[in-house]
Amino acid sequence: MNAPVDMTNLHDCRDAFSKTLEALAGANDDIVTVCNDSVGSSKMSGFREKFPQRLINVGIAEQNMVGVAAGLANGGKIPFVCCASPFLTGRALEQIKADVAYSQTNVKLCGISSGLAYGDLGPTHHSIEDFAWIRALPNITIVAPTDSTETAAATRWAAHHDGAVFLRLSRVGVPDILPENHRFVAGKADRLNEGDDVTIIANGVLTHRALLAAQLLSQRGISARVLNMATVRPIDSGEIIAAAEETGAIITCEEHTVFGGLGSAVAEVVVQSCPVPMKFLGVPGIFAPTGSANFLLDEFGMSPQGIADSATVLMKKRASA
Amino acid sequence: MEIDELIATANRIRRRDLQAVFDAGAGHIGGEMSVIDILTTLYFHTMNIDPSIPLSPNRDRLVLSKGHTACALYVTLAEKGFIPKEEISTFLKPHSRLNGHPNRVKVPGVETNTGPLGHGLPVSVGMAKAAKLDNASWRTFVITGDGEMQEGSNWEAIMCAAHLQLDNLTLIIDHNKLQQGASLADTNNVAPLVPKLAAFGWAVEEVDGHDMAQLRMALDADAITIGKPKCIIAHTHKGHPISFMSDNVMWHHGVPNAEQYNSAMAELLEAAQ
Repeated sequence: MNAPVDMTNLHDCRDAFSKTLEALAGANDDIVTVCNDSVGSSKMSGFREKFPQRLINVGIAEQNMVGVAAGLANGGKIPFVCCASPFLTGRALEQIKADVAYSQTNVKLCGISSGLAYGDLGPTHHSIEDFAWIRALPNITIVAPTDSTETAAATRWAAHHDGAVFLRLSRVGVPDILPENHRFVAGKADRLNEGDDVTIIANGVLTHRALLAAQLLSQRGISARVLNMATVRPIDSGEIIAAAEETGAIITCEEHTVFGGLGSAVAEVVVQSCPVPMKFLGVPGIFAPTGSANFLLDEFGMSPQGIADSATVLMKKRASA
Repeated sequence: MEIDELIATANRIRRRDLQAVFDAGAGHIGGEMSVIDILTTLYFHTMNIDPSIPLSPNRDRLVLSKGHTACALYVTLAEKGFIPKEEISTFLKPHSRLNGHPNRVKVPGVETNTGPLGHGLPVSVGMAKAAKLDNASWRTFVITGDGEMQEGSNWEAIMCAAHLQLDNLTLIIDHNKLQQGASLADTNNVAPLVPKLAAFGWAVEEVDGHDMAQLRMALDADAITIGKPKCIIAHTHKGHPISFMSDNVMWHHGVPNAEQYNSAMAELLEAAQ
C-alpha cells in the first residue's frame, strides 16, 4: 500500500497549468494562448502580463477561437486554447473536428473546469460529454491529469508534442499523489497501488478517491490495484489487459457520463481481449441535480466508500458467476 | 501576368474543371465557374507562392472556405504546378487525394481542410495574426461564398479581424447571389454586404468578379488600408460564362449530360479564341 493520501493540502491544478505555461512561453516565443474572455477563469492573467502580445482574447466566440488557433498553428505558432471545457468542446466541436483533428494542426485544446467542476452552476456548465466527443475524433491525444505534478508534466509534454492535444483540467482541489519527479508518458497508465483482487481505473479528480477506496478495501481484506489512466486516447491497452488477467474485475470511475468516456474506452479493450466483469461509475446518463462537484461525485457513487462498496459488489458478482 | 494571359489561364482551368466534373459525374460546377477568375488572379498574379516549396514559411496563404468547389482549386493548383495535371483525372475516384473537399495533409498548396461552411475565415484570421506576431509580410486570402455568410462563425471572425487590425487579411466574397437550393434573396438575404462589413470596421471594395483587371487591382498590396482587414465583394455569376448554366440555381451541383457537356465545352473553346 502506498503512503496514505494527504487530504489536508488540496491544490487547484489551474495554478500548476498556468505557471508551467508561463515558463514554457518564456523559453519559446512561438507559444501563444487563445482565450474566449476566459483570461481569469483560465488563470492567464500572469501570462498576459508577461506576454501581452501573445495572449489573443477573441471574446465570447468559441467557434472563431478554435479556428483562429488552427490558423496560428498554420503560421508556425503553438497555440494553447484556454476555455471552459463545456464551451470549448460543445460549442466548437465542428471546428475541433475539421480545423484541428482532420487538418492535423498543432493546437492544444485546454478544457478548463471540466467535468462537474462548475457544480451548482448546473448541467449547461458541466463538461461530462467531452471524453466521448473528442475520443471519437482521430489525431487528438486526450489527457486528464490527476494532480498538480501531472498537470505540469502533461503541459510540458503537450508543448513539445507535435500534434493536437485535449488537456482536460479541473478547478476542484485535489491532493498531491504523484512524486515530484513523476515523468508523464502519453498513453501510459500509472499503477499507483498494487493489488490482485480487483482493479480501480480512474483519472483527473477521481484518482485520489480511488486510492482512498483502495485503503478502505484493504481494511476489508481486499487487495485493489489502482491505475491512474490520465491518457484516455490512445489508451494503455497493455495495462488494461494485465489488470483484467491478473485481477479479474475492473471498476472505472469518471467525472463524465458513463456513455462513451473512460469506462467505455476501458471496456473496448476488455471485451475484445480479455472479458471480465466490469462496473462503470460516472454520471448515469442524466443531467445532474444541483450541487457542488464533490457533492455530485459522492451522489453518483464515487465517494471512497461508494467506490469501495461497488468494488465489493463486483467481486461478489464475479464469485457467483 | 498580363490580363490576356490571365483570361486564357482561367479559360483553360474552366475547361479542365468542366471535364473533371463530367468524368466524375459529380462536383459543384456552378460555384466553380463563379470562383475560377478569382482563383486565377490570386494564383497567377497576386500571391507570392512557389509550388516547389509549398510549405515555405513566408508564402502567402489562400483558404478556399467554400470547400465544395474543390475541383476548381485542384485544377488551379495543377495549372500552377503544385500537383501533376494528369492527377485531375482521379478526382473523386476511390483513394484519390482529390476528394470532394480539399485536404491540406494530402494535397500540397491546400492550407486547411474546409467543407463545413464558416470555417475558413476564422482560420484565416489566425494565419494573419501569426504573420503580425512575427512582423512578417506574407498575406492571407480567404474566399467564401455569399450564402456561406449566413454562418454565424463568419461574423465572429469579422469582429475579431477588425479588432486585431489585420490589414494583411483579405476576404473575397464570391457574391453569385445563389445558394444550394434557391437565391440568396429568397433564403436569408445577407445582402447588401458592403454596409455590413463596413459597419464591422472593414475596408470594403466591390468589383466585377469576372473582370481580371478589377480583381488584380483590388487584390494588390497597395490597395490595402492600414489597420483594417479588407473585404472584396466580387459580383459573380454562378455557372459563368456557360450560357445555360449562368445564374441558374440547378447548376449548384448539377452534372452535365454528354450533350450539355459538349455544348458547354464548345462555348468555352469559342471564348478561348
